[in-house]
Amino acid sequence: MSRPSDHYDSPSPAPESAREAGSASITQPKLGVVGWLRWFWRQLSSMRTALFLLLLLALAAVPGSLVPQRSSDPNGVTQYFVDNPTLAPILDSVQMFAVYSSVWFSSIYLLLFISLVGCVIPRTKHHFDALRSAPPKTPARLNRLGGFITRQYAFAEPVEAGPSTGSGNERNAGSAAILESARSILKKSGYRVRTYQDARSTSVSAERGYARETGNLVFHTALVGILITVGIGGGFGYAGQRVVVEGQTFVNTLLAFDSFNPGRFFSDDTLTPFTLRLDEFDATYETQNLDAFGQPIDYTAHVTTSEDGDEADGEVKVNSPLKIGGSDVYLLGNGYAPTLTVKNADGTVVFTDSVPFLPQDANLTSLGVVKITDGLPEQVGMIGFFYPTQDVSSTGAYFSSFPEAEYPVVTLNVYTGDLGLNEGVPTSVYSLATDKMTQLTGGQTGVDSIELKPGETAQLPNGMGSVTLDGIKRFASFDIHRDPTQLWVLVFAILVLGGLLTSLFIPRRRVWVKLVENAEGTGVTLEYAGLARGDDPRLDDAVAELADKHIASLPSAQAATPSPEITGAKTPDDA
Amino acid sequence: MMETLEQYSILLVYSAMAIYALAFISFALDLAKRSSQIKADEVAAAPAELVGAFVSGRSGVTDAPVVASTGAAGASGVDAGPKRSVTLRIGVALTVIGFLLQLVGVVLRGIAAERVPWANMYEFSITGTLLIMGVFLVVLMRQDLRFLGTFITGLVLILLGVSTVNYYVAVVPLPPALDSAWLVIHVFVASLGTAFFALGGALSGIQLLQNRRETAKGSKFLNFRLLDTLPDSVRLENLAYRINIVGFVFWTFTLIAGAVWAERAWGRYWGWDTKEVWTFIIWVIYAGYIHARATKGWRGSRSAWLALIGFAAVLFNFGVVNVFFKGLHAYSGL
Ligand code: HEM
Repeated sequence: MSRPSDHYDSPSPAPESAREAGSASITQPKLGVVGWLRWFWRQLSSMRTALFLLLLLALAAVPGSLVPQRSSDPNGVTQYFVDNPTLAPILDSVQMFAVYSSVWFSSIYLLLFISLVGCVIPRTKHHFDALRSAPPKTPARLNRLGGFITRQYAFAEPVEAGPSTGSGNERNAGSAAILESARSILKKSGYRVRTYQDARSTSVSAERGYARETGNLVFHTALVGILITVGIGGGFGYAGQRVVVEGQTFVNTLLAFDSFNPGRFFSDDTLTPFTLRLDEFDATYETQNLDAFGQPIDYTAHVTTSEDGDEADGEVKVNSPLKIGGSDVYLLGNGYAPTLTVKNADGTVVFTDSVPFLPQDANLTSLGVVKITDGLPEQVGMIGFFYPTQDVSSTGAYFSSFPEAEYPVVTLNVYTGDLGLNEGVPTSVYSLATDKMTQLTGGQTGVDSIELKPGETAQLPNGMGSVTLDGIKRFASFDIHRDPTQLWVLVFAILVLGGLLTSLFIPRRRVWVKLVENAEGTGVTLEYAGLARGDDPRLDDAVAELADKHIASLPSAQAATPSPEITGAKTPDDA
Repeated sequence: MMETLEQYSILLVYSAMAIYALAFISFALDLAKRSSQIKADEVAAAPAELVGAFVSGRSGVTDAPVVASTGAAGASGVDAGPKRSVTLRIGVALTVIGFLLQLVGVVLRGIAAERVPWANMYEFSITGTLLIMGVFLVVLMRQDLRFLGTFITGLVLILLGVSTVNYYVAVVPLPPALDSAWLVIHVFVASLGTAFFALGGALSGIQLLQNRRETAKGSKFLNFRLLDTLPDSVRLENLAYRINIVGFVFWTFTLIAGAVWAERAWGRYWGWDTKEVWTFIIWVIYAGYIHARATKGWRGSRSAWLALIGFAAVLFNFGVVNVFFKGLHAYSGL
């Protein structure tokens, strides 16, 4: 089957001894560059190498699950550096935080796939030939093969044996009919058949289950297909994230994303121009089942989309993305965005916005930051906590006891000083660097934090002005995503599965029916045997079934003679 | 109403555990009895082999006729195949009863929760072990694998014990991320795959012991007499292979279905999340196992080790990754 020479089913002596010879004469000069390359290629596309690389791949995938990865858990990586200041840089130097795109992981799977191609190409070629060639010649001795059975069949009346030329070439009509019957039974069960004749016997050689090898080749080729489409598909697509507060509109342009990961071959003009407005965000929480009180049941983002001037209402839910402009919009997260307005001492508005606060726990205690660069005597930063349903613990600390905004409260700690926005270093809108600032409320200051319920206004310290909580809105964070090759990956995945099923469960087998006329011409001995090509638990049964079916198909009532025409004599294994 | 259903459910699970414990004892007694009886039967077994071979009338090149290889049982001869030991029959009967109790328990849990009962660690465990038992019983109808009874009931007992004690949670509704048809498919098929891997792993383990006995005749180490009553290592290997490849197909489907679901829920079909990584690792190990069986020098014990490593990874993925690793699949519900 042109399998790798170390496939257990391959004829062993030749390659085995060749290897022996090769290693014994390793200094042989005539091997040459081409010889070496050929040798290397044979090694690379051997079963042993494939196995070794597969196991290595499994092993190499492990560390990525033990150490946080930049791709899936960037914050985890940052935290890891903080927790393990000495170890982290060492791990980083061997790409432990990006295992699956690391040089070593990539080399393993690339080698594996090169090996795969090297293995599949010759097999495909060979299989094409096999599909067009006849089943092989019947072996001289069937009794050493699988499921060997013999049956005796007596002709109704003695028939003249063929002219005693000794060649036995002349089959008599009875024998021919028996053989023909075996042929047609086998053909009907999907075998490819061929009749052979030798000095002593005539026989049918049959083979079936070519689909097993086809399936195997489809499986392996589809794996290459997946690798290539994933490699290329990742290059043309993009993924971007954006937080949208109720009432806001997102416009699908590069600048509108909070974060954006383009593929290697991505260009801006693949971003289709569409807009998406978050009209309302609905969250439902469990209130009946006390074991799950406050657990989210459903999130729905009601949106209005507009593409080429067509407005449409839409919905984005977890597990149910919205398709628009060739992209998919996913609902990743949500939270509260208190609307705050800050006025200076003169009553002029210096800041007003709905600020997304990041949820910190299941009851959506949330943390947010307000930065006011201009309009006040100094730059002001505020770190705020939002409690959708505020409650007070026995120690006096605030917490949220339910994720819905039943009794919403915002507390604010005010800082003045340098916000650090002028240094050209990008800073997160969700954090405040307080090291160059002076805290004025909350914490150790002795001044209570500012505390606001919706509609309330409080004075800022030092007579700087006032802050008002106008209301509470919800925000949703969306992942906007395009992967043009996704469908192909699915197609290949289905081929993988289909190929696998065919290759594992369709038995490939050869069977033979051999007919030997007895000397007197009164009957024949029929021999049946099979050969499994690959795992084939039912081989013996299949041969036995064939024998039964064949005997049953023969004209047993042909003779009026009372003597039993057919005897299913069972011979013990004489091997 | 819901609470009482939930209570009935756990009560049934506990009862099933009690019955499994009794089944475990019966299976263990059977094994013990085999070891002690084997001496007496050795004489009888020899003619039985001849009889068996004659009757089957085929040259069992790869698969020696069962009758011949099951020694003690084969002594009873031609007609009924292996004689059934009473303890063994009791063991199977108890297992069936336990399975039915557990089945009702799991179904009640689903009714109480108004959804499929596989959405947190406790529920994964009760459904997963139910499937292990189910697969075992179904396979029993086609192959006499009753000698695995001790292992299977033991494994299920341990898993159920750990999960009822450590992971029990009251019925809670699904979080939005799990509320998908893919939960039904993906998790169920994964559990089914696990069940086949468990059975295959057990067979591979016994294969290794058997192989040791066959190759190191006379050595005392790990040379249990009862192994004489079990199929030979080639037959065990073939059985293990057939069961493991079914597991592998389910696992392949799990991987694909998981990717499709991840695409729906998180916007990418593959992100090397911890759970995804381990599902992949398991898949690759079993692909290695299948390859090993087709590689010269790797058939037999070496490939059996890979099957065991694969199953160890399955257990690790379920018991350790779910509970202790962080990642998007934080659905253990603990
Ligand atoms: C990405 C790496 C690979 C994976 C995941 C993989 C997986 C598998 C699986 C699952 C099977 C069993 C199902 C079937 O027969 O289709 C299989 C069979 C096979 N593979 Fe691979 N394979 C890989 C690479 C290779 C390579 C590099 C070679 C060549 C050296 C190879 C040669 C074979 C052969 C000859 C079989 C048939 C085994 C038999 O006769 O039972 N595979 N492979």
